[in-house]
Amino acid sequence: MAAGVAAWLPFARAAAIGWMPVANLPMPIAPTEKNKRQDELIILNVSGRRFQTWRNTLDRYPDTLLGSSEKEFFYNEETKEYFFDRDPDVFRSVLNFYRTGKLHYPRYECISSYDEELAFFGIVPEIIGDCCYEEYKDRKRENVERLMDDQEDNKDAKLPNMTFRETMWRAFENPHTSTMALVFYYVTGFFIAVSVITNVVETVPCGSAPNQKEVPCGERYTVAFFCMDTACVMIFTVEYLMRLYAAPNRYRFMRSVMSIIDVVAILPYYIGLVMTDNEDVSGAFVTLRVFRVFRIFKFSRHSQGLRILGYTLKSCASELGFLLFSLTMAIIIFATVMFYAEKGSSSSKFTSIPASFWYTIVTMTTLGYGDMVPKTIAGKIFGSICSLSGVLVIALPVPVIVSNFSRIYHQNQRADKRRAQKMQKARLARIRLSKTGSSNAFLHSKRNGLFNEALELTQLPYKMNLSNQGNTEEEKCLSKSTSLIESQHHHLLHCLEKTTNHEFVDEQYYQQSYLEAGLQNYPSQSPSLSSQDGVTGTCCTRRSKKRHTPLPNASAPAHMQPLTHTHTHQQGLQELSTIHIQPLSTSRSSLNMRIDEPAPLNCQSSQITTAIISIPTPPVTTPEGDAHLPAGPTHQNVVKVSAL
Amino acid sequence: MGALMVIFSLQPKQRRKTTDSVEDELELSAVRHRPEGLEQLEAQTRFSRKELQILYRGFKNECPSGVVNEDTFKDIYAQFFPQGDASTYAHFLFNAFDTDHNGSVSFEDFVMGLSILLRGTVQEKLIWAFNLYDINKDGYITKEEMLDIMKAIYDMMGKCTYPVLKEETPRQHVEVFFQKMDKNKDGVVTIDEFIDCCQNDENIMRSMHLFENVL
Repeated sequence: MAAGVAAWLPFARAAAIGWMPVANLPMPIAPTEKNKRQDELIILNVSGRRFQTWRNTLDRYPDTLLGSSEKEFFYNEETKEYFFDRDPDVFRSVLNFYRTGKLHYPRYECISSYDEELAFFGIVPEIIGDCCYEEYKDRKRENVERLMDDQEDNKDAKLPNMTFRETMWRAFENPHTSTMALVFYYVTGFFIAVSVITNVVETVPCGSAPNQKEVPCGERYTVAFFCMDTACVMIFTVEYLMRLYAAPNRYRFMRSVMSIIDVVAILPYYIGLVMTDNEDVSGAFVTLRVFRVFRIFKFSRHSQGLRILGYTLKSCASELGFLLFSLTMAIIIFATVMFYAEKGSSSSKFTSIPASFWYTIVTMTTLGYGDMVPKTIAGKIFGSICSLSGVLVIALPVPVIVSNFSRIYHQNQRADKRRAQKMQKARLARIRLSKTGSSNAFLHSKRNGLFNEALELTQLPYKMNLSNQGNTEEEKCLSKSTSLIESQHHHLLHCLEKTTNHEFVDEQYYQQSYLEAGLQNYPSQSPSLSSQDGVTGTCCTRRSKKRHTPLPNASAPAHMQPLTHTHTHQQGLQELSTIHIQPLSTSRSSLNMRIDEPAPLNCQSSQITTAIISIPTPPVTTPEGDAHLPAGPTHQNVVKVSAL
Repeated sequence: MGALMVIFSLQPKQRRKTTDSVEDELELSAVRHRPEGLEQLEAQTRFSRKELQILYRGFKNECPSGVVNEDTFKDIYAQFFPQGDASTYAHFLFNAFDTDHNGSVSFEDFVMGLSILLRGTVQEKLIWAFNLYDINKDGYITKEEMLDIMKAIYDMMGKCTYPVLKEETPRQHVEVFFQKMDKNKDGVVTIDEFIDCCQNDENIMRSMHLFENVL
């Protein structure tokens, strides 16, 4: 519950009077303040600067240092103040958090000192307000990156006891770590270059015999080129296999882009080996040679800039897609227009719309080959419009791509976004947790507060024999575990439960009961109206769940057995009281079963069994809860047993 | 082509509109309110001086401008009921506190309301509750009004309740209420029927005294 809102709790509780006339059940007792002290000013001396605030202000957040009893460790008896030997500037933000409920991050403050102070005072940074949260996260990320960069430099230091495999992998990934790696790096680079040059030179026509036409070098010096090719491919194959062996995660390595490029680079050679001397497929074999050009992509291992270019293109996929789409639209429009404009003229090259595509593309990209030229006046007009618009369409997405490139080059944005998304999810999860924390706190204290239930119901006319000693012990236990504000808040929620005769439960329990409600068809589940006959009908038809197990003291005599549900009747209000409290108690006893939960520990030992013996007939009950109270409309069957 | 250009040219205009509305909001929040003096409030309510001081400090902390408008009211009230939706009930409550119906609750309204709720006689509290239920302030509580209030109360419970909340639960609760309160069975509850009936009901009488030690 937020800070300032705690001040409105009295108002919320007063407004609860609006529920009272509507409620049909008695309300629980309000928690009283045992030692209500007047609100006092306390002095916080932080490295000489004195801050003063009300004690209640600090009590708003009981799970921080200042809000809990942990601050007593810093109490200085002589000067009657709390002394903290910390930074007073940061303390300002911390104290403002208590006052206003919002935590702000001052921009001039160093991020790590701020984090340290927050950690000291027990405040979670996730609750920094939205106004300052972006700044905080940015600074934190920069800090983390800087630390990581430092670490990476250290990472290259050789760890002791690395296996041969790990050494090899490290050599492959970071060539400057050892001389062998460097040599290997340069050798492979050299051979990539050689291979590419060979491919290029192969097609150059070089010298010819006098009566024959020119032949490309590749056909003239077949053997030489073949040897060169073989050598390169062998080197590449060996390199690939070595990388495959050294990779820590082979499957992931095989799926990575670089390894695919490697494979594509060397595959044509092997396919060619298999398929030689077969005239039919030699055409295909020639095509395969095209793939040898992919060897040039192997250079991207050697060049950082090439990799960034690849990342850029990947990240600008949407802009590139948009460019392509708009170009396609424009091409189709203008090709159609030009075709119909030039239809009339004779000997026109614009024979069909697809044929006009070529003209449109050449014009829009301002190439202007001149192999297709409009002859009619309409054609020329539309042609000029086409070239003007082409300039615009192409010029628009290009700056986006350029800025993307620079952005990636400077900030490594993609990895950040992924990390930021995770952080955002984590932060929202933590905020949600603290929000459900308050409702969970209520559910938790409800189990502890069962004593209050027992105590309060004893105030009704005909019961009792509750020993008074039991009272004070439990009350003491309770007051230890919750602060006054919390207990008042829980009392408020409790009153709402009583007004509506439904309970708050947590998500999991709700799912269970929802499913079970679907499975078992009850005659009625809502708070039933009165009808004297319907007394047992509505209450007792609800079978307790199978998950209930007998309580330890089930051996007690019949009237002392823990019931799985209860009735209350009151003399004058028969029609109202049959609204069963039974739902409350079934869950109560199910909660009883989970005794190992963190209930107030001191109180577990004293098992109270309050037994109210009914007249005339003791109920025949079994712990399994197939309880049917004998329905006597005239009987005042009041049995309430709670064993905890 | 032209379409693209038109689309791009539209965008800056929208941005200008949002900045305008932000400036408007800034102007509105400059509204401030200062309450009457402490002596006057002491005379008009049943709180002591110290209690008024504590109340005002809490009030002003959450609403530095000195008035609560309905949205802030709903936010504050919603923080106390994390599992459900308290906005409808907060709306009714706001109308009950805003006695002069000017759309905002000042500190005087707030303290007057609290004075009745915490320090008033049972009669006054019941009248206050009646005014809460009587949405259109015509002196009669009809079944529709009561149903609205009941739904608002049940909304605060939220979804995860035990037993599972059904559609007809508020309606049935309203039926029970009317059976109890509507003595002459004319379909509406007048203030006299209401006060009579509540005074005869032990539970309600006892619960009226429940929150007296709140401050």
